[in-house]
Parts: sequence; structure tokens; C-alpha cells
Amino acid sequence: MFELLGIPPQALFGQLLIGLINGAFYAMLSLGLAVIFGLLNIINFTHGAQYMMGAFVAYLSLTHLGLAYWWALLLAPIAVGLFGILLERTMLHRLYKLDHLYGLLLTFGLALIVEGFFRNQYGSSGLPYSIPAELRGGYNLGFMFLPTYRAWVVVASVIVCFGTWFVIERTKLGAYLRAATENPTLVQAFGVNVPRMVTLTYGFGVALAAFAGVMAAPIYQVSPLMGANLIIVVFAVVVIGGMGSILGAIVTGFGLGVIEGLTKVFYPEASNTVIFVIMAIVLTIKPAGLFGRAT
Amino acid sequence: MSEPLLTIADLHAFYGESHALHGMSLDIREGEVVTLLGRNGAGKTTTIKSIMGVMGRRTGSIRYRDQELIRLPSNAIARLGIAWCPEERGIFASLDVRENLMLPPPIKAGGMPVEEIFALFPNLRERLRSQGTKLSGGEQQMLAIARILRTGATLLLLDEPTEGLAPVIIQQIGRVIRTLKERGFTILLVEQNFRFAATVADRHYVVEHGRVIDMIENSELAQKTDRLQEYLGV
Ligand SMILES: Nc1ncnc2c1ncn2[C@@H]1O[C@H](COP(=O)(O)OP(=O)(O)O)[C@@H](O)[C@H]1O
Ligand SMILES: [Mg+2]
Repeated sequence: MFELLGIPPQALFGQLLIGLINGAFYAMLSLGLAVIFGLLNIINFTHGAQYMMGAFVAYLSLTHLGLAYWWALLLAPIAVGLFGILLERTMLHRLYKLDHLYGLLLTFGLALIVEGFFRNQYGSSGLPYSIPAELRGGYNLGFMFLPTYRAWVVVASVIVCFGTWFVIERTKLGAYLRAATENPTLVQAFGVNVPRMVTLTYGFGVALAAFAGVMAAPIYQVSPLMGANLIIVVFAVVVIGGMGSILGAIVTGFGLGVIEGLTKVFYPEASNTVIFVIMAIVLTIKPAGLFGRAT
Repeated sequence: MSEPLLTIADLHAFYGESHALHGMSLDIREGEVVTLLGRNGAGKTTTIKSIMGVMGRRTGSIRYRDQELIRLPSNAIARLGIAWCPEERGIFASLDVRENLMLPPPIKAGGMPVEEIFALFPNLRERLRSQGTKLSGGEQQMLAIARILRTGATLLLLDEPTEGLAPVIIQQIGRVIRTLKERGFTILLVEQNFRFAATVADRHYVVEHGRVIDMIENSELAQKTDRLQEYLGV
């Protein structure tokens, strides 16, 4: 077998795959954050908790209702999305005209409450959730072993991300969304029920987080703090990609996952900080983010 | 004389604590082109925004056909058949020209077909793939008018459509407004330039300090030019 810079290929491709998997979660989560920030002007700090709730819906619907993974993939986004809609209608919608800071504080507080509740109920150690039977096993590609479930996560998240991008950038519904992001007053004065659109958009962004949570359940364990650990990195991804940029969130999410994975191979000491180093550099050179429009 | 289509009575409007309209009253009959003339800051835009339901606090009465508008949200007002072309034009940068044109949802049958819109504004057809805000000022203004003709709305609120444009473009907009009147649209037009207003309108309301201080029939405009110039400070 060949070696690259003294690195065995199994290790290299193994880390590359882990990077892609992490990147898939970064992309799905930062995409939801970008959509929400664009229209609601709110930095949704509850996103990590909502991702965790998605994983818990999968775990609980399996243990209590006997509903398998595929059901969870459908049910969790709906259930957690509805929870998001409830939050938006009762609390968030009061904050749109205020500074970002208020939305950030409220959603941060909500995240602490939600995570505290789950920790109280289920403890902080991880709960196991097994890979669905259809997606067990894997393929031997010669240079590496590719577990089926991991391939599924990458493919499914690419489809979800591309689908979301397509709807926003290429459809009539997306045109309403983009227009309302720029000038909600005018879009409403054209006869569009913008407040309802805002509510549904928040619900959709939250549902995306829950979907990611279900996808994550078999890979990482289901635990109350799984979102809290991830969300800090995801915020760095959003800042690097550019607040509110859809394409930026997707590309940066996958790209940084891969960079992080490669750093683990070539310079493991930096793998936990590389994303934040990149964030600092990007903020210095291009404060609006790689894909952000300077305003 | 026919019933007014729109009647505003004793309208007050506020920006926060600042009181911008002080008992505005006017009416518009179906098929008329009526202008609001007045100096900068007189309250013309605020009147339009009040009709459209995008002003924060307002009191008084705005009746459209049999409906009181004062408590309705702007999307409900639009659905009654009222369409707004704002002073700052409101072309969306993240939408191309086609998307900008097709954005306002149809609210009633009988909107102007897109082909007819292109006949009125031939420049737009060539620019359909351009980003909305890459158009020239005149083209943006045409786009802002064009997109509200498709929806079936019959009362058009045009806020200074000629502001800052070259004379040939102003003439083109004048022709468009006359065509729209022939097509049966009712138009409330905000203008600074009363010479232009005289070429398109039936009546003129003179606005000062947030209320109407005079109403001039277009036919009397010639005799009353001196008075009007005094109002407008030109
Ligand atoms: N966004 C705003 N906030 C506070 N005051 C405003 C705002 N817009 C307009 N005004 C005030 O309201 C009054 C009427 O303004 P406006 O309706 O825009 O005048 P016009 O369109 O006739 O030039 C002016 O005194 C103006 O300063
Ligand atoms: Mg004005």
C-alpha cells in the first residue's frame, strides 16, 4: 500500500470520512441557523438543544412506542418543529424589532432550560441508540472500510442541504423568503402573510436540527449535552460562512468538517482549535464571512 | 356623482411620539387619477403608508368600498385590491427581475397579462435575468410599477414615481399612467412636480402639515397656478 507523507491511507481516509460526517452535521445545523437568522433576525442559540431533542424523540419513541429509526426520522422533525413554532408564537416574535442580543439571551436561556430538563430526567451519560438493521455493515473499498450508516448520513445530508438550497434559491416560495428577508413590510403589503411565513420558517429550521439529531443518534450517543458541545463549533461555522448565507452554511459546514478531520491526521494537537483559528482569520480579513454580503 | 372608492376622514398617524398626520381627509372615486401635492415632509408618503396599513399607530377612518381599513393588517388590505409602489421603489436585490416582477401574489382575476406589461415597459423584457438592483433607476421604477399591475389590484398607490428620473423616462411614466387610467385603474399619485401632475390627473389635493389644505380640479389648474406655486414654495 502507498503512504502519503508517512500517513497510512486507512488513517487518512478514515479521518476524512469522520470529517465528512462531522461536516454533514455542521452543514445541516448551520443551514437551519442561517435560514432562521435571515428571516427572523434571531441568533437561535436553542438550536443545539433542539438537535438534542430530535435525538431524544428517536430514543424515546423507540423505547416507549417501539417506533423504529425511519419513523423517528419523520416524527422528530415534526414534533420538535411544533415545539419551535410554540416558542416562536409565545416568545420569539416579541423580539424581532429589538437588538440581536435579546434574541440571543432568550434562546440561550431556553437552551439551558431544555437541557437542564433532559439532564434531570435522563442523567448526563449517553444512552445507546443502535443503527437500524437496513443500514448495518459496510463496504470494503480496498483502501478503507466504509460503514453503510456513515455513507447514508453523508448522502442524506447532502440531499437535505441541496433540497433546502433549491427551494430557497430556485422556487417561488424561496423568492418570498428571500424578499421577506430583505423587506418584510413590503412583502406583507403585497398580500403575503409574513408573520405566518416567519413562524413556519422557524419551525422548519428547528425541524432541520431535529432531523440532524435523529441522524446523529446512532453515531454519537443520545445525551442531554450532545447539542451544547456541538453548537459552539456550528456557530463558528456560521460566522465563517457568513451570517444568513444559505450556500455559505452548506459549503463551510462540509469544508470545515473535512479540514478538521485532516488536521487530526496531520497535526492532531490543533484539531480542536483549527476551526476557531480559521474563524479568527476570516473575521480579520472578511468580517462578513466567506459568503456573506457586506452590508 | 358616483360613490367614492376610498374615503379618508380625520386621519391621524404617528411615528413613535411624533405626530405626522393631523386630520387628513380626502376621497377618490373609481377610475380617477388623484394626486397628493405638497412640500417635502408634508405627509404625502405617510398618507399612502396609512392606507396600505404599514404605519404603526393611526386613528380616524379609511374606508375602501364597504370596508374600514384602519384595523386591518397590510396583507389583508392588499387582498382587497390595493397595491403600493413605495417611494424607495423596494426592488429586491436577492431576486432577479423576473422574480421581482412575479413576486406579488395575484389577488383577483383580471390582472394585466405579462405580455401587456412588457408592451408598456419594453426594457424589462430584455433584463429579466438581471439582478433587480442592477437596473437603472428608471428601469427599477418601471419594475416597481409593473409588478403591481399583474395582481388584479384596482387601486394603485404610486409614491413619487418620477422622482430623480430623466425627462424622457418621466414622459414614459406619464404615458403609462394615462394608459392605466384608460384600463380602468384608480390611481393615487404622490408628486412634487405639478406640471407633470397636470398631464395625468383629474384632481389634486394639496397637503401641508399632515392635512389637506386645498383641492384643485385639473381643469382649474391653469387659473390657480399662482396659488399652487405659493403652496409648494416653488
Ligand atoms: N420614519 C419616520 N420616523 C419619524 N418621522 C418621520 C418618519 N418618516 C417621516 N417622518 C416625518 O413625518 C412627516 C411626514 O413625512 P412624509 O409623509 O414622509 O412626507 P412627504 O412624503 O410628504 O415628503 C415629516 O415631518 C417627517 O419628518
Ligand atoms: Mg414622501
